[in-house]
Amino acid sequence: MNSSGWIQLILYVGILLAITKPLGLYLCKVLDVDGQTFLDPVVKPLERLTYKLIGVDPKEEHDWKRYATAMLLFSLVSMLFTYAILRLQAVLPFQSLFNSQKLSAVSEHLSFNTAASFTTNTNWQSYSGEGTMSYFSQMVALAIHNFASAAVGIGIAAALVRGIARHTAKTIGNFWVDLTRVTYYLLLPICIVFAVVLVSQGMIQNFKPFDTAALTEPVHAQVEKKNDKGETVKGSDGKTVMEDQVTDTQTIVQGPMASQIAIKMLGTNGGGYTNANAAQPFENPTPLSNFLQMLSIFAIPSALTYFLGRTVKNQGHGWAVWAAMFVLFFAGVMVAAHYEAAGNPNLTALGVDPADGNMEGKEVRFGIFNSALFATITTDASCGAVNSMHDSFTPLGGLVPLLNIQLGEVVFGGVGAGLYGMLIYVIIAVFIAGLMVGRTPEYLGKKIEPKDVKMASFVILILAFSILGFSAWASVSKMGAPDPLTNQLTDGTNNSGPHGFSEILYAYSSATGNNGSAFAGLTANAPWYDTTLGLATLFGRFAMIVPILALAGSLARKKLIAESAGTFPVSGPLFTSLLVGTVLLVGALTFVPALVLGPVVEHFLMHAGNWF
Amino acid sequence: MNTIVKETTRAILATLLFAIVLCGVYPVIIWGASQLLFPHQANGSLIEGRDRKIVGSEWLGQNFTGAKYFHPRPSAAGANGYDAANSSGSNLGPTSKKLIDSLRQRATDYRKENGLASDSLVPGDAVTASGSGLDPHISPKNAALQASRVAKERGLSLDDVKSEIAKATDRPSFGILGEAGVNVLKLNLALDAVAPKK
Repeated sequence: MNSSGWIQLILYVGILLAITKPLGLYLCKVLDVDGQTFLDPVVKPLERLTYKLIGVDPKEEHDWKRYATAMLLFSLVSMLFTYAILRLQAVLPFQSLFNSQKLSAVSEHLSFNTAASFTTNTNWQSYSGEGTMSYFSQMVALAIHNFASAAVGIGIAAALVRGIARHTAKTIGNFWVDLTRVTYYLLLPICIVFAVVLVSQGMIQNFKPFDTAALTEPVHAQVEKKNDKGETVKGSDGKTVMEDQVTDTQTIVQGPMASQIAIKMLGTNGGGYTNANAAQPFENPTPLSNFLQMLSIFAIPSALTYFLGRTVKNQGHGWAVWAAMFVLFFAGVMVAAHYEAAGNPNLTALGVDPADGNMEGKEVRFGIFNSALFATITTDASCGAVNSMHDSFTPLGGLVPLLNIQLGEVVFGGVGAGLYGMLIYVIIAVFIAGLMVGRTPEYLGKKIEPKDVKMASFVILILAFSILGFSAWASVSKMGAPDPLTNQLTDGTNNSGPHGFSEILYAYSSATGNNGSAFAGLTANAPWYDTTLGLATLFGRFAMIVPILALAGSLARKKLIAESAGTFPVSGPLFTSLLVGTVLLVGALTFVPALVLGPVVEHFLMHAGNWF
Repeated sequence: MNTIVKETTRAILATLLFAIVLCGVYPVIIWGASQLLFPHQANGSLIEGRDRKIVGSEWLGQNFTGAKYFHPRPSAAGANGYDAANSSGSNLGPTSKKLIDSLRQRATDYRKENGLASDSLVPGDAVTASGSGLDPHISPKNAALQASRVAKERGLSLDDVKSEIAKATDRPSFGILGEAGVNVLKLNLALDAVAPKK
């Protein structure tokens, strides 16, 4: 890594660290129904109106079962809402304004996949945004989840932290209050400022139809001549007849992009407005917009560790968790940046300048370092936006995002999801520490009992089961769309050899981990892929959240026990090391065999000059 | 049961209310503010030619193949590249035979076009497809290697072309963030204005 890379990394971490405390303190107020903020004069009336309209008493708190019920029902209803809009895209009113490109209805399987994916904060996209989604679908069907799924995640994390902080208590909060306050006091105000800043950098925000530009130099291409029936024409010599095709215009995508991208990044959603996501120049025009987008991914997850420390009255614990996340983040950046800069020896052999690294799938304005940094951040968190194509990364450069997702996206992580995921590892870490010294494990004055460890283990097992189970199934089946020429079913991969397997493994890791990034060569818009990936997103979200809320309820009920000399401290470097070790150990034991079959073997084959 | 009905009603009402606030009011506020403060950017940073016809966007690369123009990076967007309604990378992995074969061809073509020795190093961005397929930039190194070809074709001095390159170069934000890139469309349009097509 060169000095410019180091300066940018230090700047990034420095600013992230600087906003962690102030934003964390603000979160404490947002997640407390009586908290007062500087936005009260503007937002309080809207908050009161919301409670009145949906019939909620903000002072009323609920136990974990009621919290989970409300969360599941809200997710179900809002998912059906999205499904309905996508199916009705072509017949909803105001077509000329909201569907000026006359896009047809989204298919059943793609609508299910997309609705599940956005409800679960995954934003996996089997489609290309600019060619599939109308302005209305983007702005309403998809953007509502960009806000709501983020707010739900933060609410769940807050409920778990309340469970840890409280003792002999029955309740862990009110789902509707968390949802409303996080949306109105945290997400919406930041997005209003952020979106306008993004526009200043060159992002679009309009409601006009796509524009057409006249090319300065029309492009000629030789294409196969087709007859009226769409068949290729053969000449008298039996060869396919070619004809000159002239392209003299370029279609310029328009629409309400900035409002959606702001929350896409801040809410760690990651669903692109366009197919190429944050690599598409409108969606990420300058290195400054890129920097701000990266910062917005980690801002809330980082602040949540401060909220944790503050709420459980052990700030050292919050910072120890932050430190563990930072160690894993730093290691990921180092590995990814190193291998992307080292490049592909097969290309160097062709005379490609080795100083330029692996530029396939990367943009000039970001270069190697900002592409590797973005890839690490977006998969440390459950964001999944991409500013370069992970599919074209070197094998080990691409292993970093894949492993980050498989570790559960606990490195700062998704908004809320990162913290509650990491707290599961904390429970496992204190459990392991307890086993080592032969004492009942304790966590912040609570005894960790078999029931709690079972819930934590369940969360870890769901992750492994869904990723490895679905990947294995897809690897031995042909889930892709049929080949247009031969009509044979395919596995949908764009690459052969181990890289093809990596594409499938990445898809189910991304779906289960609720990430949404892809080794995008995989053509996943086919009934079997859409359905199984959609199910994986639902498992990865709800089969984890419900046991986590049960754990929160269980911790809240426990009695406080006095700290003794045998209590394992949950702050300081020793705890941080144990936590990092636990994350890596659990992740490695689960996923190394699969990773060896994909990126690791590909790395050695690449150096041996084997191509597929 | 009573709880389920109550919470379902709340879920429906909350979904509708959020749709109005977050998907109606919010994007319209951003639209109003952007159109007021940054109308050029908010509408796509469009470049207009003579008679106010749109000739492109500052941010979207276009394909140029003629010898008098600077050439952009290879593109995987759409069937023939630079299809701005189909942004896409090649998504070819590092051990893809297709990738290596096409890079070999591109490197050969690049050297031939620009009169470079057959064993000379080729800039990485000149032979690889970008992530979006619409990368508006090429690296300054790549532009420098194309400069003498363009100068000769247009009957300009190399220094004139180099000063146009410098004008079309976007520097890293604040001098530190990101990498410098030469905006190919802006550069070619500027060259057409300086030395009209012969």
